[in-house]
Amino acid sequence: MRLEVDIRKTLQSGDRRFELEAAFSSLDDLTVIFGASGSGKSLTVQAIAGLVTPEQGRIAVDGEPLFDAAQGVNLPARARGVGYLFQDYALFPHLTVQENIGYPLKKGWHFNLRPEARKEVAEIMESFEITHLATSYPAELSGGQKQRVALARAMIKKPSILLLDEPFSALDSMLRHRMRMELLEIRQRFAVPLVVITHDPADVEVFGDTLVVFANGRVEEVSSRKKSATPESEGWREKVCWRAQWKKEQLAAHRFVPA
Amino acid sequence: MPDLTPLWLTLRIASFATAIAFVFAVGFAWLTARFTFWGRDFLDAVLTLPLVMPPTVLGYYLIVVWGRNGWLGSWLNAHFGISLMFTWQGAVLAATVVSFPLLFKSARAAFEGVNTEYEQAARILGDTELRVFFRITLPLAARGLLAGTMLAFARAMGDFGATLMVAGNIEGRTQTAAMAVFDAVQAGDYTLANTLVVIMSVVCVAILVMINKLAGRGRAGR
Repeated sequence: MRLEVDIRKTLQSGDRRFELEAAFSSLDDLTVIFGASGSGKSLTVQAIAGLVTPEQGRIAVDGEPLFDAAQGVNLPARARGVGYLFQDYALFPHLTVQENIGYPLKKGWHFNLRPEARKEVAEIMESFEITHLATSYPAELSGGQKQRVALARAMIKKPSILLLDEPFSALDSMLRHRMRMELLEIRQRFAVPLVVITHDPADVEVFGDTLVVFANGRVEEVSSRKKSATPESEGWREKVCWRAQWKKEQLAAHRFVPA
Repeated sequence: MPDLTPLWLTLRIASFATAIAFVFAVGFAWLTARFTFWGRDFLDAVLTLPLVMPPTVLGYYLIVVWGRNGWLGSWLNAHFGISLMFTWQGAVLAATVVSFPLLFKSARAAFEGVNTEYEQAARILGDTELRVFFRITLPLAARGLLAGTMLAFARAMGDFGATLMVAGNIEGRTQTAAMAVFDAVQAGDYTLANTLVVIMSVVCVAILVMINKLAGRGRAGR
């Protein structure tokens, strides 16, 4: 996968002004966008999905431009072929689990799904182990179940890329670890590249083959696991992933002795 | 058995009025709830005006616009040879205007209560704007819309002033239940007055109870 992003966007609200100037590219199938809240990482991913329109720049997946201000290209969200996992999943509360998952397959104004679409829904529910929840409503599901349903709904149309906005922040830490492993499996099974927004260092370790660090609306650092990660470098990856180790080594080197 | 013609006429007028008000109210409510544009607050104020103005003043405005010599009325008269004045269709017009703000306000609140993230999710899942509206926004706002519709229907049923100005009080043609009660009391026909008053009261209480039920279930479901 090749993801190229180079965009500018200004948000104005009263006398508060936020300027986003994001430029990065990733060749890896696992990309983490890391940064504090308000650093512009969510806005960037919303721009990739087509939910916000940048003023300038270009967004391309595998060389296909989704947005290109210079050429006047701006595909609507529905035509971008991206999957998106919302932070709190955005499962439609008035539809059951199977209706939620089948939602993207409903083309006409018919009341029911076509038989082949129904089969597709049944298959994906099987593979996400949520068949027993088919007729439940989102309000009746636990956090982990909601996430599986949301993932199944995002994957049923085979998106070219799956964007995840803080996917584990709503889960407790035990479940968080399990869902990370499940997400890796899904990535493998569907061969879909992932772009994960997070402020959790543990996600960087698992999903950060390419790490993009945001701060104050700008990309501060881009690093690939393959190239960098030399012990000497003091980039974000080292600080984030091996901070404790790094701190211990530094302290050891200075032969820190408490007074 | 007292003559119940005014009651059937009232139901017919209120039904048409509510249906027309629904279409316009939902359109304007969606516009003001989902978009920020210059003059939005002013538009909202103008659309809410019938709620606070005396019905006779509203009726007067309607005559100015739709009367035989009014802005739209003269055009209607010249091109189609019709006039709404002193017809039951005129009463529908008056009832539409007085009930509109109740539907508009409820609908706007209902649309504003729908999290826009659901609409965004639907767009990403392949929906056009029209489909987002009919498959997500409208169903999620349905409870508030239904409550507003019932409130508007109750208001349309009970109008007196605006309808009197526009459609008059012609027995059997434009005399609604509210006017029939007035006439019956004037004429000392308390059997008719009591019958109409009891029926109207029961209908209105039933509507309000249903609205409360809807609102209560709405809270529990969230």
